Amino acid sequence: MSSGVAVDLENVWIKFGDFVAVREANVNINGGDFFSFLGPSGCGKTTILRAVSGFLEPSDGRVLIGGNNMAGIGPNKRPTALIFQNLALFPLMKIWENISFSMEVAGASAKERRKRADELLDMIALEGQGDKLPSELSGGQKQRVAIARALCANPDVLLLDEPLSALDLKLRQHMRTELREIQQRVGITFIYITHDQGEALTMSDNVAVMKAGVIDQIDNGHEIYDRPATPFVASFVGENNVFRGKISQISGSEAVISSNRSGELRAQITPSQVGKMNVGDDAMMFVRPEALALGESDPASKTTVSAKVLNEEFEGASFSVFLEGDGGKQIKMAMPNLGQKLEGHTGETLSVHYDANNAVVMPAGELASE
Amino acid sequence: MKKKMIFSEFFRNNGVIMGSALMGLVGFWLIFLVILPQLSMLDYSFRFNLPPADVGTAKDVYTLSNYEHLLYGSDKTHATFNTVDLMVFVRTIIAAIMVTLFNIVLCYPLAYFLGQSKGSGLARLLVVLLIIPYWINEILRAFALRIIFGDSGLLNETLMLLHLTKEPIDFIRQDIALYAGLGYAYILLMLFPMYNVIESLDRNQIEAARDMGASWTRIHRRIVIPHAKPGIVSGATMVFMLSAGALAAPQILGGPSSLWFTQLVYQWFNDSLNWQQGAAYAIVLLISTILIVLTVMRIFKVNMGDIGK
Repeated sequence: MSSGVAVDLENVWIKFGDFVAVREANVNINGGDFFSFLGPSGCGKTTILRAVSGFLEPSDGRVLIGGNNMAGIGPNKRPTALIFQNLALFPLMKIWENISFSMEVAGASAKERRKRADELLDMIALEGQGDKLPSELSGGQKQRVAIARALCANPDVLLLDEPLSALDLKLRQHMRTELREIQQRVGITFIYITHDQGEALTMSDNVAVMKAGVIDQIDNGHEIYDRPATPFVASFVGENNVFRGKISQISGSEAVISSNRSGELRAQITPSQVGKMNVGDDAMMFVRPEALALGESDPASKTTVSAKVLNEEFEGASFSVFLEGDGGKQIKMAMPNLGQKLEGHTGETLSVHYDANNAVVMPAGELASE
Repeated sequence: MKKKMIFSEFFRNNGVIMGSALMGLVGFWLIFLVILPQLSMLDYSFRFNLPPADVGTAKDVYTLSNYEHLLYGSDKTHATFNTVDLMVFVRTIIAAIMVTLFNIVLCYPLAYFLGQSKGSGLARLLVVLLIIPYWINEILRAFALRIIFGDSGLLNETLMLLHLTKEPIDFIRQDIALYAGLGYAYILLMLFPMYNVIESLDRNQIEAARDMGASWTRIHRRIVIPHAKPGIVSGATMVFMLSAGALAAPQILGGPSSLWFTQLVYQWFNDSLNWQQGAAYAIVLLISTILIVLTVMRIFKVNMGDIGK
């Protein structure tokens, strides 16, 4: 098995007429990485995938696979294999014919093809199912057949276009683990397209978060989650509480904002903005629901917020408490269910605090729409 | 048992009155417009052509003589075959098959283009442009083709203008006009079933095959054509049946020496007033074409149900 081939996008623009689908994308994907493009539908992530697979040419910029410029090379000549959103198994071919289609194209004998298909069927735990038709398999089985079919050609790069979106929740979670395992076993580069941040975070080495054709941030899952670079990333990936205000004080990588509703609040400046923000700038501060905890009101610490309780929800593993927040948004606090009673009651004022290391501040910008 | 359930459901959905009315109409259609005319033709084909006074008397008995006539002609000893009529029959069948094959070849790229350009404005305009000529009567269209293919017709004039030929080509005597006319007469019946099935093909399958390195010929051979097979067979069935049974186009576009089998049938009915003989010829044509269609369907592994889709 190959050790994985790097994929690079250099200053890629993709336009359809006047519409810019992808704007100045610069991405370096290491060989053997599981790399995800994460973004809401219509953000251009599938367009990027099609440019890598060769179904469309970028309007500007270069796509390199293993350092080779792919300009003018069709999808049938690229070392990539694509798994479609609807899988696109051939309904009139048997499973083994589906899996070994790329070998048929290459002119392999039926015996060789059958042998390889059976090996791959073993790998995806579907031994003995080769003579069935795709319509006789369940959703998860079809999913695995699509993966086997793509791997059969020994591609250097496997491209996956939201392949789990049609599955139900349990199966989707199971397939996440399985995909990751397969990727580690075969060791090739996986490029994965999804709008599901859970999928992106669990499986990927690195994630690119996209909004309306622009890549906002490329980083590993932890950094994306803990140190989002833009308000869009902060609000799109996971749940987040936003506090708007103006920067009142900066010391190194830490800043204080005077928030519209909750007074002075301390937070870390997101790494890409350190040194670029000034006192008086419009800013947004984000704190995750799980970073909030009940505490005494202590304005001097600049890490407490007092607000009215709007609502409480019991979610089994955790409680959620919703407090009145800024600009029509609610502040959500999540607490693990350890058998305690909720302390707040609707209408009462509650104080919560956080650790300034778990809060991040950045220039104000557009939030992800819910 | 299953039939009964379908019917009770049908009555429950439509009410007894409406349900019976619909059933009655379907029954009327089937019995009076399909089954009885065919049965009476079948009955005719086994009877002698008697003067009206003798019909229903003891002379009016069943006979195979009408069928024997197609095989042996008026030779009562059965020593020689009726080569004239048999040759016309064979030629008609072969020509109808050729017309069908020609239509398949012509329609497939067009149907693929239309089917894959999913409802774009250009595709819709093209379909309308294809349909409009068919608002004109079939006989008028045949005459129009005759004028185009005539000695001083548009085609010959153009060819001579371009100095591709010195003398006008006799398209009619060489049957080119006939085959063109037959091909054109039923081409939409080939195009639309093909277009429908190709339109239902998931584009991703084509892209998946291409992604796996398949050439265009392989994509068509392995993905598009297998998918389009029911549409192709359905179109081919209609074109073949209708071409073999066509009358207007051969009558108008056929050369003086070439007869279409339906013209023989027509002559028996209309000129010789021998309906019994004509019926026998018609039945032979009907059964032969059905047998050919069924054989082809078996070879290509297509079910009757697929065609109805």
